[in-house]
Formats: sequence, C-alpha cells, structure tokens
Amino acid sequence: MSVLTQSLWVLLLGSLLGLELIGKVPPTLHTPLMSGANAISGITVLASLTLIQQAGDNTALLVIGALSLGFALYNVIGGFLVTDRMLAMFRRKGDSR
Amino acid sequence: MTFSMDAFAAAIDLAAVLLLALGIKGLSKVSSARGANGLAALAMGLAVVGLLIQIRPDPIAWLWIAAGSAAGGLAGLVTARRVPMTAMPETVALFNGCGGMASLLVAMGVAIFDTGDADIVALVSIAVSVFVGAITFSGSIVAMAKLQGWLDTPGWTQSRLRHGVNISLAVLCLVSALLLPGDPSGLPLWLLMGGSTLLGIGVTLPIGGADMPVVISLLNSYSGVAAAAAGFVVGSQLLIVAGAMVGAAGLILTQVMCTAMNRSLVSVLFGGALGASAGAVGGGGSEAGYTRITSCSAEECAMALEQAERVVFVPGYGLAVAQAQHSLRELAKLLESHGVQVSYAIHPVAGRMPGHMNVLLAEADVPYEQLLEMDLVNPEFPRTDVVIVLGANDVVNPQAKNDPTSPLYGLPVLEVDQARQVFVVKRSLGSGYAGINNALFEMPQTAMVFGDAKAVLNGLLSELRSMGVGKVKVAA
Repeated sequence: MSVLTQSLWVLLLGSLLGLELIGKVPPTLHTPLMSGANAISGITVLASLTLIQQAGDNTALLVIGALSLGFALYNVIGGFLVTDRMLAMFRRKGDSR
Repeated sequence: MTFSMDAFAAAIDLAAVLLLALGIKGLSKVSSARGANGLAALAMGLAVVGLLIQIRPDPIAWLWIAAGSAAGGLAGLVTARRVPMTAMPETVALFNGCGGMASLLVAMGVAIFDTGDADIVALVSIAVSVFVGAITFSGSIVAMAKLQGWLDTPGWTQSRLRHGVNISLAVLCLVSALLLPGDPSGLPLWLLMGGSTLLGIGVTLPIGGADMPVVISLLNSYSGVAAAAAGFVVGSQLLIVAGAMVGAAGLILTQVMCTAMNRSLVSVLFGGALGASAGAVGGGGSEAGYTRITSCSAEECAMALEQAERVVFVPGYGLAVAQAQHSLRELAKLLESHGVQVSYAIHPVAGRMPGHMNVLLAEADVPYEQLLEMDLVNPEFPRTDVVIVLGANDVVNPQAKNDPTSPLYGLPVLEVDQARQVFVVKRSLGSGYAGINNALFEMPQTAMVFGDAKAVLNGLLSELRSMGVGKVKVAA
C-alpha cells in the first residue's frame, strides 16, 4: 500500500470514528465539549515541530515554524486549561448523577 | 535512529490516538468530562514526545522550539486563567483562530521554502491547508469580534450582493488552488491566502450574534480539517487521524447545536442575520408593536416572591451580559431560607451558546439539582407560583408553540405562560434575536420589570430583606 493510500485510509477511518464518538451530548456540555475539541485541534503542533526540524539552517523557515508552534500551543494549552476550568465547576454535580 | 526507538515512537502514537478518542468520547458525559479532558491533554503530550523521539531535533531546532513553546504556552496559560466565564464563547473562537493560523503558517512555510521534493499530494494538501487554515483564522477572529461587541452586522452585508462577493472569492480561491502546484511559492499561493482570508470574513460577517455559537462550532470543525491537511503536508498520520476525528466530531456537535436552536446549517450560513430581513436591523424591535404591556416595580415583584411557594428562574442572555449570576444565587438562597422552593429552567440554548448558562450558574455555586432542563421543567410550570425571566426572550415566546406563522414556530420553548405569575426582567421592550414581538409580554399574568438584570436582582434582594425575609437566619 502506498503512503498516500494508507494516509487516505487513516483519514477515512479517523473521520468515521469522529462521527461515532459523540452521539448524544447533554446541552450542559456543548460549550466544554466544543472547547475541548478545539484544544485537540491544536494537534497541529506536530506539524509545527516537524517544520522546525526540517528547516535546517533556513532562518525564515525557523521563524515561521516557531510562530506556528506558538499559535498552536496557545490553542492547546489555553484550550485544555479553560475547558478544565469550566468542568471543574461541575464537580459536585458529577457525584449526583 | 534505531528500530527499537521507531517502534517505541509508533507505540506512543497509537496510545495517543486511543487516548484522544477516549477523551472526545468522555467529554460528552457529565461524570467523565473532566477526566476525559485530562486524558486528551495527556494524549497531546504523548504525541509531542513521540514525535520528538522520532525527529530528534538538533540544538538549533531545540532553541526555536523552546522559544515558540514558551511564548505560546505562557500566553495560553495567562488567557485561560484571566478570562471571565461570561467570555467563554469568544475565547474559544480566539483559540480556534490561532489553531487555524498555525496550520496556515506551516503550509505557507512549506510552500515557500520546502517544495523541492514535494509530490502532487503534498502540493494539493498545501492548497487545502492554506484555504481552510485562513478561513478558520479570519472567520474565528470575526466571530470573536462580533461576540465581544467590537463588530456589528453592517447593513450592506445583508444585501444579496454579499453572495456575489463571496462566490467571486470562492472562485478566486479555487483557481489559485488549481494553479498552485505549477508554481508553489508564487502568486497563486498569495492569492489563495488573501482570497481565503477575505472569504472567511465575508462568510462570517453577515451572520447574526445568535447564530455565532454554531459558526464557532463549525469553524472548530474546520480547524480539525486544517490540522488533517497539515498532516498530509508534513506526512504525519497521527495528525491526519486526530484532525479527522476532531473535524468529524465538530461537525456532529454543530449539527446538535443547530437542532437545539431549531436552525438549519444552511440558513445559518447563507440566510444572513435572523430577522434582519424583517426590517429589524440594528437590534431594537419596534416597541409600538406592543399594546397591553404591564410594568411593575421591584417592590411589587418582591411581594409576589415573598408569597410564593414555588419559584422558577429562567436565566437568559441578559443575565450573562449583566454578569448577574451571583446576585441570582443570593436571591435564591434568601428565598430558600424563607421556605420557597427554587429551581432554574435551562433552555438548551440559554446564554450565549448551548450549555453556557450551566457553566455560568455553576460558577455561582448554584446546586446542580436545581438546574432543570426543558423537558423536565415544562410539566412543572402549571404548579409554579412565580416565574422570573431574566433577560431571556425568544426561548419563552409562546408563539413558537401556538402561531404557525411565527418565524419561531417549532422552536422548543419553555412554557412559562403556564405559570400563575410571570415577571420578565428586561432592559427594554427590544426584540430578541428573532426580531419579533413576544406574546408572553402581553399576557395578563405577565408583568415587565425594566432594568439591568443585576440591578433588578439587587433591588429585589434589598426589598425582600426590608420585608424581613431571611431575618431569622441572619440573626441566628
């Protein structure tokens, strides 16, 4: 199997998994779920890191890579923390359900 | 790189994908949500470690990695700590925009400097990544600015002209994307970037504030797609699978939100601001439409509360804007100490985004048991003495049930008109998002209490205290 075919399979199966993962979401959790999913979409940090590694001694590319890493990490760190802050407030209710 | 290290990294990748999937799944249940968020964060950390093991950055790369991480991480930390709960929707939009920006930058960087050995797949991925990344970025920033109140919905964006503009931009993007593989770092790249950025603005700007949560959710899904495209660009399958998962899950969430708001995705995206076509642009509906409005003072409202056995609060957007959740909690406590049974009716789209009201009330320490979702609370209204509507409008409009000609018809609403007495706390008679009058306001059992939600609640508190409610508790 070529790398492309393999990647397309990965894309297809990942999408199908995503469609199945969340079916019924209580409205309470719409905002935290959106925020959490948003943090996960910051996974593009992986691309930024790869770009920096591939840059070699190309300073312009290093700068672009570091910038994109900064933006992506802002999304990831901020996203997870803010989601945690929201969910921490539901603590007592977790016990009651 | 030794084989065992590669195998180790691959195992870490697999673990990361598994944890991410479990994380997304867990986030959709109240009891597991917080742990699931932690799992997802752990998965992200694992994925980064796995990648660093694989690529083994040289010292120079480490330096730039450290610089980027420190800046982004610190900014994320500060934002997450400082931002008030009421500003959650725009915060998510901002984060999301930055994620899109990151994918855009990666694709631009590769396109400009690194296409020496790029095949057609990589080139197409670059085009997709630039397109989706730029739209996500500019769209999210516009959404944030609109939610913050920095941007209005300009009148001209409601004309049909906007479709022409957006279609032209889309065609420009398509043509430059098709030309890009022939000249990866040339004019097509910049046209594509510019066109996509403008398209993101052009599509988001006409959409009204009420629909913004749906837009943010959709853009969130886009940023997953952008990440997956970036995965094709740099050849990372982990990135592809994670991006695809988030993209698809975001799409489902968008659909769920649309259903809760009784809107279709198509009408959200292309219909313009809700009610704008009815001539209500500019937010304020016509007060002239109302003929039988009764208004009353905080004192009269307090007297009704003092007599009541069962009180239901209906918090809405106005409560969120006035940041009055703490005052509301205080009033509820006072009434409870007086023997009144208090609960809160939560419409699925109360607040500024589905679930937002629950977050706000949880912040104010409202016990979870008292938050009743629509299906549970609707049968309770006929046995309720007093309902206080705090800055909600369309979600309590009885026309959604009774009047097939109403634009709201079919929207599931809180049936507060069944209660014995209804007080509507509102700043003015201005219309809600739907831009139409609310029949509830003219019903005989309804009285309007005009004012800012927080001011009215504090007024009620002092009136009740001066009547002696809760005095025993205070003395003891």
